[in-house]
Formats: sequence, structure tokens, C-alpha cells
Amino acid sequence: MKNNIKHTAWMLLGSMLIILSACSKKEAPAPEFVETNLAPFSVEFDNIVGERTFSINNTGSPYTNALGEKFSISFLQYYISNIKVATASGQEYTVKQDESYFLINGGDKTTRFAKVKVPEGDYTRLTFTIGVDSLRSTMPVEKRTGILDPAYGGGHDSGGMYWGWQNGYIFFKFEGNSAVISDDKDGDPSGKKQFKYHIGGFGGYNAPTLNNIRTVTVDLKAAGIAKVRQDRQSNVHLFVDVMKVFNGKQGFSIAAHPNVMFGDFSANIANNLTEMFRHDHTEN
Amino acid sequence: MNKKHWTTLFLMGMFILACKKDVVLKDNPVIEEIAKFLGFQKPANFPEPVYNFANNKVTKEGFELGRALFYEPRLSRNNTITCGSCHIQSSAFTQHGHDVSHGIDDRLGTRNSPPIMNLAWNKSFMWGGGIYDLDLQPIAPITTHEEMDEKLENVFNKLRQMPKYTDLFKRAFGTEEISTARFMKALSQFMLMCVSSNSKYDKVMRKEDNAVFTADEQEGYTLFKQKCASCHSEPLFTDGSFRNNGLGPSPINDQGLYLATLISTDKYKFKVPSLRNLRFTAPYMHDGRFLSLAGVLEHYNSEVQNTQNLDPLLIQGDKRGIGLTENDKTKLTAFLSTLNDEEFINNKLLAEQ
Repeated sequence: MKNNIKHTAWMLLGSMLIILSACSKKEAPAPEFVETNLAPFSVEFDNIVGERTFSINNTGSPYTNALGEKFSISFLQYYISNIKVATASGQEYTVKQDESYFLINGGDKTTRFAKVKVPEGDYTRLTFTIGVDSLRSTMPVEKRTGILDPAYGGGHDSGGMYWGWQNGYIFFKFEGNSAVISDDKDGDPSGKKQFKYHIGGFGGYNAPTLNNIRTVTVDLKAAGIAKVRQDRQSNVHLFVDVMKVFNGKQGFSIAAHPNVMFGDFSANIANNLTEMFRHDHTEN
Repeated sequence: MNKKHWTTLFLMGMFILACKKDVVLKDNPVIEEIAKFLGFQKPANFPEPVYNFANNKVTKEGFELGRALFYEPRLSRNNTITCGSCHIQSSAFTQHGHDVSHGIDDRLGTRNSPPIMNLAWNKSFMWGGGIYDLDLQPIAPITTHEEMDEKLENVFNKLRQMPKYTDLFKRAFGTEEISTARFMKALSQFMLMCVSSNSKYDKVMRKEDNAVFTADEQEGYTLFKQKCASCHSEPLFTDGSFRNNGLGPSPINDQGLYLATLISTDKYKFKVPSLRNLRFTAPYMHDGRFLSLAGVLEHYNSEVQNTQNLDPLLIQGDKRGIGLTENDKTKLTAFLSTLNDEEFINNKLLAEQ
């Protein structure tokens, strides 16, 4: 009798194990959405230029925009922030504020990932901000650390992303050269034929002013949803087509606008920036 | 008495001597003042400050670090320009005699150095706005091409080489590590302490030292309240707003607040400056175009131009300006001279040490 009970117990245990292992072999169903059950997730910002790969100082083989203007790129850097994901059933998760700011530098491939933690789940939608939200843009100085430190990257005429004269971050900084730029004051009087696009403007401290913060939502269903699990590194691989700066819906000529900084025209470029992001695939 | 007693007596004597020395020290007013640092004190006739002191309490050590930084030439690219170069205490922290500020490599800016004065009550900074947090203000002059033309990181690296600063930072913030926040907060502490509140006007208002206005000053005060106080409101003598006071556009067509907001109704508006310490702060206006107070008063009398966004307070029927007789000007000038604060420009605590 005793033996029988033992036998039955072993049988039960064995069959349970079989059932369990069968489960794990199957395509894993989306785990229950628990906000504290965090797992690694990343978004890769893979810069490209139209049909070509992105390279810095490509003066030997310049890129050509839709208006036929040839250009090379000397600098590209932009903020990505406020990453949010959503499941097919509409469960949303916003990455913790303090861990949701990234600076992507075209000249440094190691900066191309925005690595965050989100709950385990199957995500069909990704949302992020190009730039730095207004709340963070008005925070006291001690909150401005790391890539948000006004001292980061040197001054605003080098790798720095902070405008001292008006307390704001440059969201998107894109510089290069084009032979189409004139040498007079409407172009580049230094004769270097440089273009400079410094796009910022968070909407003002106390009165509403130019707001170039743009939010991008990417549907992940077509090119692959993100299956975030603790034992994997789910990575959404985006192509970021810098050519859209010139060729987006509000496209423009480099010769006509070689310098765009804090001014009304910058809103056109900010709008074009939202077109840059294309979901290529997801690595799960 | 044995040896032990003698020793005790001797030690007690030493102790008394030591105490006595202490008393002598305490009797010295300068040393006493330095020893007793009161921190930020709101003058009795001033409103509550707008600066968030809860986030940056002014301490003696923080203030001293800020003062050292304010007078530190390493804040500029070639170690030649300090904050104090364009904000000179004897000129009430302006750059007397310069219409526009004179910075690194003899470069000239586009605007007149504003005073470092009563900043705890300022909601926004600079003649043309754009900066709304004192803790972030110093980035502008440090990085501007015509002013100090330096990168923050370079400044920090230069200071990190100096035991003087690692020591000062350690004393002020408990760590030798120089960060943007600690650097900025120390500078703020110094600037916040630059309070001008001991002019004759203040003493009259606070009924101190039996101070009273002369007849001319009193008449000037009455005129001031009628004709000037709506923008230059007491006791700071500015309402902190941005207005177009009818100056003809400058040769460089500086559009003021508009440059920071891009809102067309902000074109040609500049910060209303305080009227305190005018004796020390000529020339006047955002571009220093008026060399004397007489020039300013004549502007308001007869030279106000109808430029875009002219302040409605400067339009009276078909006339522009505020209409001042010679007698009015004399009386107003008498009143304005009661706003000069000799204690402020001579305060040793605020001077380069």
C-alpha cells in the first residue's frame, strides 16, 4: 500500500514535469503583465542616409538630397527620451523618468542603443520623444546630470547640446558641408560651406513659445513585435533616415536654409524628424 | 601648595589668557563680522524672494566659494575675464563707462552689463529674457563668444587642478568633486547675497536713523509714483516685466525678448531695469545709449518713438512719453538719488578677497 502511494506520487510528479516541459517547448505565450516584473528591452537607432549607410566626413562620396544638392555630414547627435511601450491588448508601460534619456551620437556606434527595462510582455507599439520634454527642460540644475548636464559634450558650438542663452536643450544637432552654400552672410561667411541645423525649443518656462518636441509612435506588428522576457534581450531595430531632414514632407534646400537654429523655420525640420524612424526588424 | 596645584593654577591662567584673547577678537568689528555670517536676510521693506532657497541654502562656505568663483579668471577661455570684469562692485556690479559689455580678446557684446543686485527677487534674467533660473544663468556669459568664450567642462578641469578649489568645494558641499550643480549653486549663493537695500529711500521707508526726504526728494517721490512707478514698482524699482519703452531700434536692430520667444508681440521688449544705484551704473538702457540720467529723462519726455509693441503706458492720447517739465526732472533726479546705496558698493563681504 505504502509503495503504491509512493509510486502514484512519482507518477504524478513525472507527468507534471512532462506537462511543464511541454509547455516551455511551445511558443511562449505572453506572460501576465506585471509592472514590477521588469526585463531588458532596447531600441536600436541605426542611422542611415537614404539608400546608403551613415558615415561621418564622407566628403569623397557625398550624399545627394531630393533637390540634387550634394552634402557630407560632419556631426549628428540627438536626444531620445520618454520611451513607452504598449501591448496588443492596450496595456501601456512608460519607462521610469530617470532612466529614459538617451543621446545618440552618429559618430559613436556604441551610443546607438536605448537600453531600458519594461515588464515582460509582447509589445506591438513603441513610442518615444525626439528631444527633451518640457518638464525635464525646466528642472533644477542638480537634476541635470549625465547627458543632460549643461557641461556635457563641450559648448553648443561643439558636441554640447545645451543653449546657455535660453535655458534649453538642442534636441537634434546635424552639421555638414555642401558646395551649394554661398560664402556671404546668408550662407557661411567663413567660406567653409557648412550647414548647421540645431533644433530645439521646449515650449517656454512661463509663456508658450516655440515647441519642437516631437513624439514618434512605431507600430511593431508588421516588422516584428517585441517579446520581452527576463532571459532574453529583445531589441527593436530602427533605421533612422537622416535624409528625411531634407526630403521629408516639409523638405527644403540646403542652399536656401544652410543655418537653422532657434527660429520659426525650425518647426519644419522638427516635423521632418518624425519621418526618420522606420522599423526594420526586431531581435527577440 | 604642591606641584599639582601649581600646574592647575598655571593651566587655569593659560585658559583665562586664551579667553581674554578671544574677547579682544570679538571686540574687533571686522573680524566679528566675518565670524558671524548671517546668510540671506530679507530686508524688512522687501517682499518675499522668488528664488527657491529650500533647494540651495546660503551657507558661509558656499557663499565664499561662490565669491571666489565670481572673481576667478579661469572661468574664461584664456584666464583673463572674471564675472567681476563686467560686474564691478564699485559700479553696483555693472561695467561703468561701457555702453555694451567688453569681454574676452576685447570683443564687444551687444548689451549693457546689468547689475548683479537683488537677484533673489528676479523671475527672469538678461535684458532679453530667455533665462528663468538663476542657477543656470552663468552658463550664458561663460560660453558666449563675446564674453568668456569657454566650455564648462574646461572651467571645471582648470579648477580641479587647484587645491584652493578642491578645498573650497569640500568645505561648501562636503565633497571635492566639482559638478555643474555645485558650481552653479555656489555662484548663485554669492549673487543672492548681493542685496542692495540700504539706500536713503530704504531708511526712510523703514524709519531708520531718523532718515527723512528733503522737500525736493519728497516732491520727486510723489512725481515718481505718478509717472514711473507702474513699471519701476517699489521697493525693487522694477516690476520684472518686459516692455518696449519707445527706444528707436539700435543699429543692430536688437529685438529683445522676441529673440527668446519668437512671439511677435515681444518684439523690442526689454527687461524693466531697477532704478536703484543709478549714480554708479551709467550708461543706461539695454545698449547703454544714454550717458546720463538727463538723457534718459529727456527720452521719456520727448523722444519716445512709436515702434512695434510700444508700451501703452507711454501713449497718452495723441502724445507719447510721460511729459516732464524741467522742474519735474530736477525733483525726480533728487528722488532717484535717494536710491543710491553706498553700503552696497562698499560692502567688503562682496568684494574680491
